[in-house]
Amino acid sequence: MSGESATRITPGNAFRPEDVAAQVAQGLQVGEDVAEYALRLGDDALILAQRLGWWISRAPELEEDIALGNIALDQIGHARSFLTYAGAAWGKSEDDLAYFRGEDGFRSSYLVEQPNGDFGKTIARQLVISVYQHELYSRLVASTDATLAAVAAKALKEVDYHRDHAKQWTLRLGDGTEESNRRITAGLVSVWPYVDQLFQDDELIERLDGVAVRPSELREPFDAYIAAVLAEAGLEVPQVPNAMTDKSRRRHSEHLGYLLAEMQVLAREHPGATW
Amino acid sequence: MAVQTQATLQAVPSAEDEAGQAYFDKIIAEDSRIEPADWMPEKYRKTLVRQMSQHAHSEIIGMQPEANWITRAPSLKRKAILMAKVQDEAGHGLYLYSATETLGTPRDVLNQQLLEGKAKYSSIFNYPANSWADMGAIGWLVDGAAIANQVPLCRASYGPYGRAMVRICKEESFHQRQGFEILLELSNGTPAQKQMAQDAVNRFYAPALMMFGPTDTDSPNSQQSMAWNIKRFSNDELRSRFVGMIQEQVKVLGLTLPDDKIRYNEETGMWEHGELDWDEFHEVLAGRGPCNAQRMERRREAHENGAWVREAAAAYAEKKAQKAQVA
Repeated sequence: MSGESATRITPGNAFRPEDVAAQVAQGLQVGEDVAEYALRLGDDALILAQRLGWWISRAPELEEDIALGNIALDQIGHARSFLTYAGAAWGKSEDDLAYFRGEDGFRSSYLVEQPNGDFGKTIARQLVISVYQHELYSRLVASTDATLAAVAAKALKEVDYHRDHAKQWTLRLGDGTEESNRRITAGLVSVWPYVDQLFQDDELIERLDGVAVRPSELREPFDAYIAAVLAEAGLEVPQVPNAMTDKSRRRHSEHLGYLLAEMQVLAREHPGATW
Repeated sequence: MAVQTQATLQAVPSAEDEAGQAYFDKIIAEDSRIEPADWMPEKYRKTLVRQMSQHAHSEIIGMQPEANWITRAPSLKRKAILMAKVQDEAGHGLYLYSATETLGTPRDVLNQQLLEGKAKYSSIFNYPANSWADMGAIGWLVDGAAIANQVPLCRASYGPYGRAMVRICKEESFHQRQGFEILLELSNGTPAQKQMAQDAVNRFYAPALMMFGPTDTDSPNSQQSMAWNIKRFSNDELRSRFVGMIQEQVKVLGLTLPDDKIRYNEETGMWEHGELDWDEFHEVLAGRGPCNAQRMERRREAHENGAWVREAAAAYAEKKAQKAQVA
């Protein structure tokens, strides 16, 4: 470290996926439980990025092409760091994990797998995931696992913007026109059955005390933040039943298969190739 | 009565117009810059609006062929780079629309002209991006040709345009290098990857050369633009320069250009290339390229699907303004 220049050619000297890879190359040991936890975080970020990337060139305004693209780009960055870290436990790279796992190998939540729908649904999903991730990362920075804490520290700064973006749009759609109010309401109703899964603890979380953030602890601050935003937007918290999901995140929505088929097709056509 | 007087006055050049024209001519002769508040001939303004908005539209439509591979990019790093690149194009579009607005035409109007098919965009984007290697070929050849065209525009006589081009060229040159790198990686990869790269270069070579526009003998607007210091070099000069550049770079790639007529003409100092299919160029320009309909449909769809969102944002802003007024 001491021989390195203090100035690096990277925006903001942020902790990059390559830094995680360098640590792994230097022999950093990662336990299976930590890796499994990192997979959950990484897969949520990756699947969300894959969804959001679709909007680029299709958004309601050029500014939104850029904004949604930026959010997707941030999430890809987080995914790369978490997956690189997780992969160290099994000798796999971020791309091995992203492109060569089947549905049952993924640990993404139902929420991020939900299709984009219209802009209203995408914003509803963004509001939920960004408020959740903000609460999550703002606690993960205190993890006893130094790598998870470092990735979270970088991610938190970015998710802060994602949350603000989602909030600003929720206010505009809720308190804009009748049509926009109808659409954001429909979007919220559509994603709400999958909110509860984000806050479920399981045995893995129990075993990772001090390393992982306990999802159930995030529910109260999440509810409070959401309630405040929706109230200001003239919207109501949807009263819909929770969908039966899977707290260990091994089971998935029907949507994931299609998403992976598209995302993985080229890499799988050329196994062993580098790009 | 007052209106009539004004109309009569406008018919004859006013003293103000004459002074303006004199100032304009002086600026052009000095190779200096015209700024938004300066007097300028109506035709100069129109030429700029046409050229700048066409450039902006090209950036926006140009997002589509590359966005076509964002969801299928073969590694996460490439996916991130591609997303950032397409985002840059959106940024260029915004930047150029803003620069065009300084000439008095709002972005909404420009966008409407695009959607109604009244404004053009670069024909290159009416070709499909069929393979991942196309992301490389587009970066290397299409962005490369764009740079060759655009670097001289950094000195364009209209200030906001020239300044916008400085930033755009910096990003484009980064894009070209990443395209080159994609092809290099593929060329050094498996035989299937190398073939993918060669196929992409084969398909994009001629359309990229046609990006410089018709030959000098067939380019009606060029002369006036050169006299106004908007354009600095002729289409053929730029094309030749570009051919000279890529025929060298393709060797590093370990690939070939699909043109056995490339040679340096010692007498003219120009790089020569094989005959280009100008009939195809005019077909694509006339709207009959492989993707013209598809690109316009996507743009219209995005615009129409987003109408309710833009209306909501406007309604919200108005409510806020009213509340602020009451308070």
